[in-house]
Amino acid sequence: MMKCKKCGEKASVNMRQHRMALCREHFLEWIPEQTERFIKKYNMFTRDEKILVAVSGGKDSLSLWDILVRLGYQADGLYLGLGIDEGIHYSEESHRLTDEFARKNDLKLHVVNIEKEYGHSIPALSQMSHRGYGKPCSVCGLAKRHEMNRIARDLGYDVLATGHNLDDEAAVLFGNTLHWASDYLLRQGPVLPSSDGLARKVKPLCRFYEREMAAYAIMREIEYIYEECPFAAGATQVFYKEFLNQLETVRPGTKLTFYLRFLEARQSGALFIQRDAAHAHIRPCEKCGQPTSAPGLCSFCRMIEKMNVAVADSLPEDGDDQPYEE
Amino acid sequence: MPVKLVLRNKEYEVKAGMALLDALKKCNIVPESVIATRNGEVITDDEILRDGEVIKLIAVISGG
Repeated sequence: MMKCKKCGEKASVNMRQHRMALCREHFLEWIPEQTERFIKKYNMFTRDEKILVAVSGGKDSLSLWDILVRLGYQADGLYLGLGIDEGIHYSEESHRLTDEFARKNDLKLHVVNIEKEYGHSIPALSQMSHRGYGKPCSVCGLAKRHEMNRIARDLGYDVLATGHNLDDEAAVLFGNTLHWASDYLLRQGPVLPSSDGLARKVKPLCRFYEREMAAYAIMREIEYIYEECPFAAGATQVFYKEFLNQLETVRPGTKLTFYLRFLEARQSGALFIQRDAAHAHIRPCEKCGQPTSAPGLCSFCRMIEKMNVAVADSLPEDGDDQPYEE
Repeated sequence: MPVKLVLRNKEYEVKAGMALLDALKKCNIVPESVIATRNGEVITDDEILRDGEVIKLIAVISGG
């Protein structure tokens, strides 16, 4: 039986990438604690600032809202009615669930209906604009980014928070890496700072696996829309997520390392810098004279030296092997 | 009696006594893509499946 790392009771969630399993109670404590840590680490916002949470009725955005409120942040919600029906009343149901969550928790929810605002639903806009190769996803993304920014700015919010989790981020990163989309790669991160006319955007859940967010929503008994967006079937991002999960199953921690190492590389400025070999710090190794970027000895000579020291340490000192005489 | 794993509208049958992780792999379900629940409680994948029980699997991937 897997045990909770904190109390030793039966665990409910095993996070292999952290080599840590937690029981329900401690998992529900751990998620907000970690969220708070990420908010501070990436300087996302403070308790004095007004946060607008983009809520879709899905597990991630509703959980994010729940966590921020539990942590004592001033967080209101924004729901965008996209007008997606496809025979399952997708938008209607996601609106109902978001509304219910806000009412149950006595939270302020802003609702903007794209069709009422602009005369057409997202699928209709997509069809008329001929964007997105027959799928409304690109129009949907464009409209959401536009409207979220407009509302955040118009209503005087300091920051816009979205429920993107690590799987979302890793899938986007994977796609952008496959295409070497350097502009996008340089922009991706937990915080997109505000600039002329653009509100600051933050992703407080960006270091949690999607699986953890689903577990959080279930354990907190948050009723979210389980049905997938009818247009998401066959979406590239879903395919990338499935692929990354296969890697994760065989090599736990792959997704986390992929994303965190990317953030480190981006922050250090090491991404996409043209390195001029003539100016690189290459010097001859002090021992063998071969070129090396390391100060002093090259990696090979360092290894050999270490090995020689280890062998010397293991040899008996003079006299050690003399027979003992009484 | 076999154990039933239910994922969306699909049902899979496996032998009791197996660990959940092995059962998922046997059914070609990527363990990282689901959360398993027994009587509404989230369980870890080392759980041994019991005779005749139904395990509800919740798909976690969303997006588009």
